[in-house]
Amino acid sequence: MAPSASKYLVETNKLTKHYGSLVAVSNLNLKVKTGSIFGILGPNGAGKTTTILMLLGLTEPTAGSARIAGYDPLREPLKVKALTGYLPDNVGFYQDMTGLENLYYTADLNGLSREVAKERIHAALERVGLTEAAERKVGEYSRGMRQRLGIADLLVKDPPLIIMDEPTLGIDPEGVRELLQLIRELAHKDKRTILLSSHLLHQVQEICDEVGIFVKGKMIASGTIDQLGSQLQAKEKLQLELKAEPRDEALYQLCRRTEGVTEVKGEGDLLKLTCQKDVRPQLSKALVEAGYNLLHLHLRGFSLDDIYSRYFQKEGGFYGQDRTA
Amino acid sequence: MARTVLPKIEALENVVQANRGLTAVIKKEISDHLSGRRFLILVILVVVACLASLYIAASAIRSAGQNADFVFLKLFTVAGSTLPFSFTAFVSFLGPLLGLMMGFDAINGERDRGTLSHVLSQPIYRDALINGKFIAGVIVLALVVFGLGLLTGGLGLLVFGVPPTVEELLRILVYLVLSVVYISFWLALSLLFSILFRQTTTSALAGIALWLFFTLFAVFFVGMIANAIFPLSESSPAQQVLANARLEMWLGRISPNALYDEATVTLLNPSVRALGFVMLDQLYGAIDAPLSFGQSLLLIWPHLVSLIAATLICFAAAYFAFMRQEIRA
Repeated sequence: MAPSASKYLVETNKLTKHYGSLVAVSNLNLKVKTGSIFGILGPNGAGKTTTILMLLGLTEPTAGSARIAGYDPLREPLKVKALTGYLPDNVGFYQDMTGLENLYYTADLNGLSREVAKERIHAALERVGLTEAAERKVGEYSRGMRQRLGIADLLVKDPPLIIMDEPTLGIDPEGVRELLQLIRELAHKDKRTILLSSHLLHQVQEICDEVGIFVKGKMIASGTIDQLGSQLQAKEKLQLELKAEPRDEALYQLCRRTEGVTEVKGEGDLLKLTCQKDVRPQLSKALVEAGYNLLHLHLRGFSLDDIYSRYFQKEGGFYGQDRTA
Repeated sequence: MARTVLPKIEALENVVQANRGLTAVIKKEISDHLSGRRFLILVILVVVACLASLYIAASAIRSAGQNADFVFLKLFTVAGSTLPFSFTAFVSFLGPLLGLMMGFDAINGERDRGTLSHVLSQPIYRDALINGKFIAGVIVLALVVFGLGLLTGGLGLLVFGVPPTVEELLRILVYLVLSVVYISFWLALSLLFSILFRQTTTSALAGIALWLFFTLFAVFFVGMIANAIFPLSESSPAQQVLANARLEMWLGRISPNALYDEATVTLLNPSVRALGFVMLDQLYGAIDAPLSFGQSLLLIWPHLVSLIAATLICFAAAYFAFMRQEIRA
């Protein structure tokens, strides 16, 4: 009943959603720390939007439960919705109303008084750079402008938790940069918790404190980007790229002898080593001691990007299936 | 003591907050309707139709002389030869279109534009949206219907210079209320369709199909069913004829149009003393005089209640469907 003082603002316990025989989300245990930016990453149809809708109480879970600041979205929807700002992908505004009118409607729905609303709306429009366009109809807005109006909408509501669904979708690179900057400000300057979903890892990885990777309704890994790297790494064999001079048979021998290396292959002017752990320290030392000049040593697949795309390719590809529309 | 009071205050706050959301939705929907072009076009259509019927009625009444009873009511009911429609016929025919037009994209339109999830993620209860839409629709309908009725009455006053009696005024007011209820039925129906069908065109067509069925084909079907159950021939006994007619009447009353039309005739034409058929022996000794307002009202009371019930059933179905529906686009 009472809001918990837990350090997690969002918590789910075995959250599950079935659509007929389709399992959209399965046994999800999600924890989002208060004040952090959490990224739900995953390909289309991985259950990201479904998860978000369940957190907001807009969709009923088949099993399990969710808590926002200790409130159950199903039992106390108003509390949860008052605490949470939601920016859907392709955020909807009334086309034949101006940006300003749309924001006033949001303020009305939130029960803000006229003065507070006016103050917040003008500050919000200023902040997202839409003051000039405020009197224009939303139908004339570009996608980027609509997205910024969506952020302004959140600022008017001023909630401690913000949930964004694919915020960067369909926005040009410059727009994405500005948007991410805004999101970062929302989190760090305004001290809000942000939960965002995306299938574009490269765009959001830099601003997320923690991420969870979703594939087919399951969260297969979560943690900080670094943790995630090693977490996923542990399940995979490592690939090392090595270039050293002189390149002779003894080099191959030396590589094979190193502990943890299982396979050595020559590919172009590089040697490719498959190993069970990161052998770079031992290997470089051994090479130098044996009198080789080490020209290049790179651990492939260590960047999250590589792992992420590898996971997605394995699971049917980025655009393998449409969003659960 | 304080412990028991606190939750109550909290509950009260919830109610207040929920109503704030409802008010916001109602305000927005009303301004949407009134500023929308679609609404403007339809209202212009209805106004023109009604003014035309007023003009026709005025000339028909004038040529027939002014000594008839209830001249003022005739403004609404008399049809001329050039335009075979009276004011009431127009409202009965075009009113449903107005209701359908106002509601057919209420929910699926919001879903299409992606505003549904946005609105519902604000701190309002889910039913505030659908309640707000319905209430706003009824308010706008009431504005239009009363505006139109009073306008026609006012113009009639200018044309004839004969003021209405209190009874006539009461009859017109009840007629207008009845019309609002009747059009609200169509609004609730289109609201239901907008929830059941994902495409706005589908819901619009479904509404129009039902409207056509009730206004044009229902009478035909009802007659067919009655004849199938109680076949008539020239030598049919009186009981058979009576049973046929009775079944036809009761089946016909399933249609809200039939209910509305019967109620309208009774209200605006005080000389209508009974609905349905009357036996000769019942007529024996009856005095040929108009009914008083109270008696007319008594006669159509079941109609009014049925229409209200039909409206509420439609709205309840819409409410139920909406509360259980997935929100995602």
